[in-house]
Amino acid sequence: MWTWLHKFASPPHAYRLLGKLAPWFGWSSLVLILLATWWGLVKAPMDYQQKDAFRILYVHAPSAWMSMFTYVVMAVAAGIGLVWRIKLAHAAAAAAAPIGASFTFLALATGSIWGKPMWGTWWVWDARLTSELILLFLYLGYMALRSSFDDPQRADRASAVLAIVGVINVPIIHYSVEWWSTLHQPASVTKLDRPSIAIAMLIPLFIMIAGFQLYFGWAICRRLRGEILRRERNATWLKEIN
Amino acid sequence: MRRAAVSSAAWLVFRRDLTLAWRRWDEVAQPLIFYVVVTTLFPLATTPDLSELSKISGGVVWVAALLSSLLALESLFRSDVEDGTMEQWVLSGQPLGWLLLAKVACHWVLTGLPLVFVAPIVGTALGLPFNAWGTLVLSLLLGTATLSILGGIGAALTVGIRRGSVLLSLLVLPLAMPLLIFGSRAVSMAMDGDSPAGPLQLLAAIFFLVLSLGPLAVSAAIRISVEN
Repeated sequence: MWTWLHKFASPPHAYRLLGKLAPWFGWSSLVLILLATWWGLVKAPMDYQQKDAFRILYVHAPSAWMSMFTYVVMAVAAGIGLVWRIKLAHAAAAAAAPIGASFTFLALATGSIWGKPMWGTWWVWDARLTSELILLFLYLGYMALRSSFDDPQRADRASAVLAIVGVINVPIIHYSVEWWSTLHQPASVTKLDRPSIAIAMLIPLFIMIAGFQLYFGWAICRRLRGEILRRERNATWLKEIN
Repeated sequence: MRRAAVSSAAWLVFRRDLTLAWRRWDEVAQPLIFYVVVTTLFPLATTPDLSELSKISGGVVWVAALLSSLLALESLFRSDVEDGTMEQWVLSGQPLGWLLLAKVACHWVLTGLPLVFVAPIVGTALGLPFNAWGTLVLSLLLGTATLSILGGIGAALTVGIRRGSVLLSLLVLPLAMPLLIFGSRAVSMAMDGDSPAGPLQLLAAIFFLVLSLGPLAVSAAIRISVEN
């Protein structure tokens, strides 16, 4: 019954499957991101208050979403690896971390660029920016812990524990930061609340999120293949492929 | 061979650690001295004016408490792992989580509790009013206890790594940020004359969450660090 699952967890099969999947993810994400870029930058109406500056939303919001999504994917993969001792799941968690950190960095950078025309400063201690910053710290800690072990198996399992502890903490951090910021700041600072956004601006946003999601699929396929190659570099099946 | 009850095994670990610490009390005193030194830095760096300082005094006391408890964490499991004691505990058949919780509790009594007692004095030197003393002590009691367990997870993960202390801070500090938010918020609410019940209850909630799930994570991390 579970043979298909075991088959997927075997490195040679996963390596071939990921290689077949990657172009599908890659090309579809490219099409969607190009479409959403054109729609968001050209076709979507201008915001009456923020003028054209709001258009950075089409990069900022999807990358903020992806930063959290990737953390959850990473923690779930780490948990699967820890409980069922599946090496491929650990490899997937390892492959996801730098992607997530890059999305988090992108969200922070675009948020700060957006903040300059909107708030007049590069950085505001706004709840979303601050919890995004803490998320970046969590990613960096995870990657630092992983890289400081010599033995890959111990690195896998130790960083898996950290990822699980982190994912329990993420909601606590999020709500504490939100509460902290609403008590310290006038409410006018957080301008862009979700419901007030017009539907014509929303459609390209959703296309962009789908595009980012597929890009993540492409990136994880490629990175996981690299991870498998690195871990299985002495295996015989690799010699048989080439 | 008869196996000892869990509670007596945990109590033995606790007493052993207390005795060991008593014989090397200078290691216990160092984080406390560090705590006082760090809080001295803030008036030097900002302003000697007490009315200005009192605005940030709650935050300063909390940040210094976080940093000095981190300082003591690195040695928490190290000597036991290096001399093989930890391996024996893993093999002893006792629930490892309880033994490690006893160890963390002893660590808290030695490093967290002294901070809690010194905090009002340090706070007063920074212009913290007397009416905030109770809140400061209560928030630090909950906060340092939570931090000891969270730090225990970090210390257990990094115990096998050479020069793990910077890494340990990198792992634990982001996880401790909610404690800092609620703790310093409770102190500043008490200073303003508001009831600090909200943040204190949230601190207590986080403490019980960490107390219930933390030992599982600490023992999982120790098992990974010990087995080769």
